[in-house]
Amino acid sequence: MSNPISASLEATDQQGALGTEGTGKPRSLGRDAWEDLRRRPLFLVSAVLITIFMLMAIVPQLFTRKDPRECDLLRSRQPPSSEAWFGYDSLGCDVYANTIYGARSSIAVGLITTVLVALIGSSLGTMAGFFGGRTDSILSRTADIFFGIPFLLGALLVLITFPSEPDTPAWQTIMKVVVALTVLGWPTFLRLMRSSVIQVRSSDFVMAARSLGAPPRRLIRKHVVPNSLSPVIAVATISLGGYIVAEAALSFLGIGLQPPVISWGSQISEAVPWLRVAPHMLFFPAIFLSFCVLSFMMLGDAVKDALDPKLR
Amino acid sequence: MTTPVIGDPPLLEVRDLQVEFRTREGIARAVNGANYTLHSGETLAVLGESGSGKSVTAQAIMGILDTPPGFVTGGEVLFKGDDLLKMSDEERRALRGESIAMVFQDALSSLNPVFPVGWQIAELFRIHRGMSRRDAMKEALEALERVNIPAAKDRIGDYPHQFSGGMRQRVMIAMAIALRPDLLIADEPTTALDVTVQAQILELMADLQREENMGLILITHDLGVVAEVADKVAVMYAGRIVEQASIEEMFDSPAHPYTVGLMDSIPSLEARAGELKAIKGLPPSLVALPPGCPFEPRCPLAFDLCRQVVPPPIVVGPGRESRCHIAEEVRDGKR
Amino acid sequence: MGAYTLRRILQMIPVVLGTTFLIYTLVWALPTDPFAGRCGERPCPQAYVQLMTEKFNLDDPLPWAYLQWLGGLFTGNLGETYTGLLVWDQVASAFPNTLKLATVAIMFEIVVGITAGVFAGLNRGRFIDNLVLLSTLALISIPVFVLGTTLQYLLGIQFPIFSPTVPPGAPWSSLILPGFVLGALSMAYVARLVRSSILENMRSDYVRTATAKGLARRRVIGLHVMRNSLIPVVTFIGADFGALMAGAIITEGIFNINGVGNLVYRGILNQEGALVTSVVTLFVLIFLVVNLIVDLLYGFLDPRIRYE
Repeated sequence: MSNPISASLEATDQQGALGTEGTGKPRSLGRDAWEDLRRRPLFLVSAVLITIFMLMAIVPQLFTRKDPRECDLLRSRQPPSSEAWFGYDSLGCDVYANTIYGARSSIAVGLITTVLVALIGSSLGTMAGFFGGRTDSILSRTADIFFGIPFLLGALLVLITFPSEPDTPAWQTIMKVVVALTVLGWPTFLRLMRSSVIQVRSSDFVMAARSLGAPPRRLIRKHVVPNSLSPVIAVATISLGGYIVAEAALSFLGIGLQPPVISWGSQISEAVPWLRVAPHMLFFPAIFLSFCVLSFMMLGDAVKDALDPKLR
Repeated sequence: MTTPVIGDPPLLEVRDLQVEFRTREGIARAVNGANYTLHSGETLAVLGESGSGKSVTAQAIMGILDTPPGFVTGGEVLFKGDDLLKMSDEERRALRGESIAMVFQDALSSLNPVFPVGWQIAELFRIHRGMSRRDAMKEALEALERVNIPAAKDRIGDYPHQFSGGMRQRVMIAMAIALRPDLLIADEPTTALDVTVQAQILELMADLQREENMGLILITHDLGVVAEVADKVAVMYAGRIVEQASIEEMFDSPAHPYTVGLMDSIPSLEARAGELKAIKGLPPSLVALPPGCPFEPRCPLAFDLCRQVVPPPIVVGPGRESRCHIAEEVRDGKR
Repeated sequence: MGAYTLRRILQMIPVVLGTTFLIYTLVWALPTDPFAGRCGERPCPQAYVQLMTEKFNLDDPLPWAYLQWLGGLFTGNLGETYTGLLVWDQVASAFPNTLKLATVAIMFEIVVGITAGVFAGLNRGRFIDNLVLLSTLALISIPVFVLGTTLQYLLGIQFPIFSPTVPPGAPWSSLILPGFVLGALSMAYVARLVRSSILENMRSDYVRTATAKGLARRRVIGLHVMRNSLIPVVTFIGADFGALMAGAIITEGIFNINGVGNLVYRGILNQEGALVTSVVTLFVLIFLVVNLIVDLLYGFLDPRIRYE
């Protein structure tokens, strides 16, 4: 419904004559959602923030010329100054440079995990929802088993089983965290996609395509998946923020990303014992982490609203 | 039709009612001076398409307009001679359910899904009459029996979703007439129902109205419904009442081109396929009403005057009005 | 309803078996030596390794070892830690503290979360609504360990209103701050859920009917709208109870609470297999039972739900 006046009248005068005019020609949902998104302040703010964080992750040199690993114990825990805006940490490393460089691993974990979880979860969910029967039972029960394990505990267990040493390459350490989060995260997306697919499967246009003799593969690719994806997209965006927090929580517990990999979580973890004397060590990475999570949550919220035809 | 005694105020008199919706896109003038009168025992059908203001008028009478965005900006609603719009909120609340009651279109969504139907009817007796839970339940059962719900005693504890559509609408009616109101407003009471059930519900409402000598306002877009139960008709278009007449007069000699169009759009046995006539075009936007007659852009008889001057109500017979510059000629079928 | 409950319980069995087997495998099939660092600097004496291997069936093939452990579970024998403490005793002393902590967190969700959501929902677009929306957004994006350490520092040390750590026995008063930290995220979600649920219900047709019946606004909102709005909230809070207990690791660590989360965290670090498997199994059981109760409760609260 594009016109709020006819919408408000419609709400009081229910007859549907006005309504058909608004929903008459089906434009593609994606295009509609984009038109809608562009006008939301929530979306614009979060998109700007996310662009900044992404730049930070890809080219940290744009934001700081200092080397995060150039440390001097003599400067240990010095508070913020004109020399170092965010101060120095215990080892005398620049907190600002570390916070900037920390974006890369935090966002990498969040992004890769989200992509993997959404891919695995929604393809299995599509199979479970589309084929039903035994396939559904097996997949859904397996998901139940993984779903039953408490998230953080399960991730801890996986990580402790495959521990990282200080000489493990950074990408391996990151991938271990990604795997731990993925193993526990995929059932959510299976459930989401499954119920979405079941809904779409019984809709008229799929019935029509089926009665015209479309083979299952084509049916899934052309009709079912494109029409069931919107909840997955919205939840995935919100989850991205959640996975960044999960990584930080694991690193905080000393089991996720560990030095020499720089991450916000491990920075915070190192800062906690010194909270009384050097709160700046905790403050700055915590702010960056919170804002990064916030922008993904806001983006997800905006996307969810834009993709929800009921709110239109 | 009962003849009113001189000096006795009518049950309901709506005078020049104005309602607007204040939205971001501008002010939508949903009702622009509605006038009608209703006596006890009379049935008035308010006819019009979606967005014509017929439901909004009823909500304004009932005092359940969504404010914001809806505001009553002028006019009077006299109930037994007292202006409802000048009453305090508390006085109006006391009248709702007790003296003026309403039946809505979709009983499934209009009944609270989490309370048993008996409880929802009994609530009226407890709030308005201060009855005990048990006495109120007894009254609720009687109300359900009055609308002929089979085995009402067994169904009093059921939830709305456990009833069929027709039975649910009966529950809705039972709730509306529970306190024996003087005025019943039914907003599209049969639109959501199967055709066979529609007739039963209409018959039930007509019976109850006769027994209780209620005034009944029946809001509908269905001419069949109008023909079946109404004494008189008010046709609404773009927030105005464009024609008022008795039911016979309207069907015999409609005095407004819009009413004529509505009559022509009824499918009849004589008309062959392809001869069904619809009124061309769409109603005007309520945000930007034309300076002249709002029906002018769609009117086959429009001429210069129509584009410039809003037609005033023209009396075209006893108790008959039409807002058309050439109402008499239309009535007589000369144009 | 009885049949439904029974079927749900039967469905739980394979899930419990699968989950515990998964956990058991993860813990006992560790590629690392379970005795590494167990006996100080030196490697463990051969006799000790032999004794422990026998005790924990480490030589048996995995499925058989698992079945033996499962058998023990049913007879109430959860096994011992490497240092000879009974796992049962450890869990029994830690569990009440976690239960108390989770209860405090839930109280925050109910009292603060619902109240904030109701005020926001009833005053849409006004100051209080924006305040609630903004503060919940902040709570949602601040990770629990940042919130915990910061509040501990600010309210426990800088301005000592609360005790910064929880003494043994965990008296209720000492759990206020940790309970808030643990419940903060869900509290924010509850507030938002209540708000949107109220807004949705306020628009529904039955509200118009209730008004048309001549009910006062207080009753329309307080009874008709609330009764419908709180259905999803009650189920959310119910399901959260299980999640909170398992999620208490970080909060218990920060405030040094002798709870199950702390216990299992130490167990994981020290590779105490018997302890970890038992506690995680306990969590899984709680999670499943709570979910069943919530589902039954849902049917009780919403008459439209039918169990087949």
